[in-house]
Amino acid sequence: MPVFYGKHIASPLMLGTAQYPSPAILADAFRASNAGIATVSLRREAGGGQDFLRLIEGLGAAILPNTAGCHSVKEAVTTAQMARELLGTDWIKLEVIGHSDLLSPDVFALVEAAAELTAQGFKVFPYCTEDLSVAERLLRAGCEVLMPWGAPIGSGLGLNNPHGLRALRAAFPEVPLVVDAGIGRPSHAASAMELGYDAVLLNTAVAKAGDPVAMARAMAQAADAGRAAYLADPIEPREMAAPSTPVIGKAFLQ
Amino acid sequence: MSGFTILGAGVLGLCVATELAGRGHAVTLVDPALGPGTQGCSWWAGGMLAPWCEFENAEEPVLRHGQPAIDWWDRNAGGVTRKGTLVLALGRDRAELDRFARRTHGFDEIGGNRLAELEPDLAGRFDRGLFFAAEAHLDPRTAMAGLQSRLSERGIAIAAEPPETPGQIVDCRGLAARDILPELRGVRGEMLVLRCPDVALTRTVRLLHPRVPIYLVPRGDGIFMLGATMIESDRRGVVTARSVLELLSAAYALHPGFGEAEIIELGADARPAFPDNLPRIGRAADGRLYANGLYRHGYLLAPAVAMQLADHIATGNKPEFWHETDDQR
Repeated sequence: MPVFYGKHIASPLMLGTAQYPSPAILADAFRASNAGIATVSLRREAGGGQDFLRLIEGLGAAILPNTAGCHSVKEAVTTAQMARELLGTDWIKLEVIGHSDLLSPDVFALVEAAAELTAQGFKVFPYCTEDLSVAERLLRAGCEVLMPWGAPIGSGLGLNNPHGLRALRAAFPEVPLVVDAGIGRPSHAASAMELGYDAVLLNTAVAKAGDPVAMARAMAQAADAGRAAYLADPIEPREMAAPSTPVIGKAFLQ
Repeated sequence: MSGFTILGAGVLGLCVATELAGRGHAVTLVDPALGPGTQGCSWWAGGMLAPWCEFENAEEPVLRHGQPAIDWWDRNAGGVTRKGTLVLALGRDRAELDRFARRTHGFDEIGGNRLAELEPDLAGRFDRGLFFAAEAHLDPRTAMAGLQSRLSERGIAIAAEPPETPGQIVDCRGLAARDILPELRGVRGEMLVLRCPDVALTRTVRLLHPRVPIYLVPRGDGIFMLGATMIESDRRGVVTARSVLELLSAAYALHPGFGEAEIIELGADARPAFPDNLPRIGRAADGRLYANGLYRHGYLLAPAVAMQLADHIATGNKPEFWHETDDQR
């Protein structure tokens, strides 16, 4: 099970808390999936009373506030400070958006913000790409976990670049890695975990499913299955058939 | 005949007063603002009577209890426009339309020709849509004024303070009732009112979008209500630039004529909601009855909630939206 900044988390599933039909269904989805971490957006939900944050605190998962919707270092740092004050956690999922159509990370601003926040004592979970040099710079900036995208946020496209994700895993075997964004189906979650990732983080695929509670449960099962499969050392794929029962030497051949 | 004092003259307070007065009860309606106005979220509502569309993201009771609302409003306030709802999506969001169709019923799938018959100004702009013919809309402010004037014909005025002997109190204060209903939360919504004589639409149009779904409700005379954001916050008052940008961009994408619209109002308020986003009727610790939590379904569900409350008063039975705390069970 994943360990982030020394904290053990009981599930490889991390769930976002936006876009559910109601807070009651959100709570049921967390109960059904036993998701270990709940991410919450501070940017738009803040400002008034904190009713929704209190609901999130009641979910029984560790809270990971995010800087969703931030487009600059300054915005992201301010949002992180606000999150620390409101939620009393130094964890922050750092999101600095570079392109509004793809909601892709601005990796330059991301590295800068990560260094600044680490210096201020934050434990940063950066939403990044699978680029190895970006990963290196984020680690140098003080991040102890990396969260590359599978595909653009909310797209449900799955793992667009499995080769890149595998390379990242191989390059940083000791760093906790999370596939964040793009997961649309349980098979995507299982694939990410089979690559040896420590966790998957998703939101839209559950919140906007016809039955969010059932989908949350399915995602948790898939993440668990993928993790178990990775630990069980899967066979290598091969071109030729390899019969599971030997044919040579059998007493009777048809 | 027993007396009732209803706290709050928003859409729910007015509907409850109408139901109780209609059943022969003596009713006093109390609101510090002396009537509907900008202080309540009912003022800023869209006024869609669209239970089939709402079912896309709402639970089944909204679909079932929303349908009788159309006739209820026609009977008790008038001013209901029964022209259905059009649901559309821009080219690259066609999958949203498929999904909406999967999650709802009660519509016809229409092509460009039928769309051009229904709303000529949208001809050629969309080649596909969903038409929910049985849906309707109203102008919330006219509807509340209609209820208020019929109540006043029965001799029921709105007082600023409760009478000395209030009888049974019925609390319909919306978000202000958080003092007795700690589970109530605010869900912020922002809206604009546009004057745009260049675009003629006769029915509610919803434009689906993965990030910014909008609806436009025609108010007649070239006036449109454009809504609405859904933000988990109880902040009221001013509208943010981002929300205005998003709402107007989507309206402009629906029809470029909205680029020339005059913005005559910007509004924001917080909808009262319980954790399941469904209404509750119940009895508070001090003995008052309450009804609350209509969320984004004020005009759609207020009639059903008012009728259930009146039935409870008549029979003592616990209606569908009845809620009990653990202590009361």
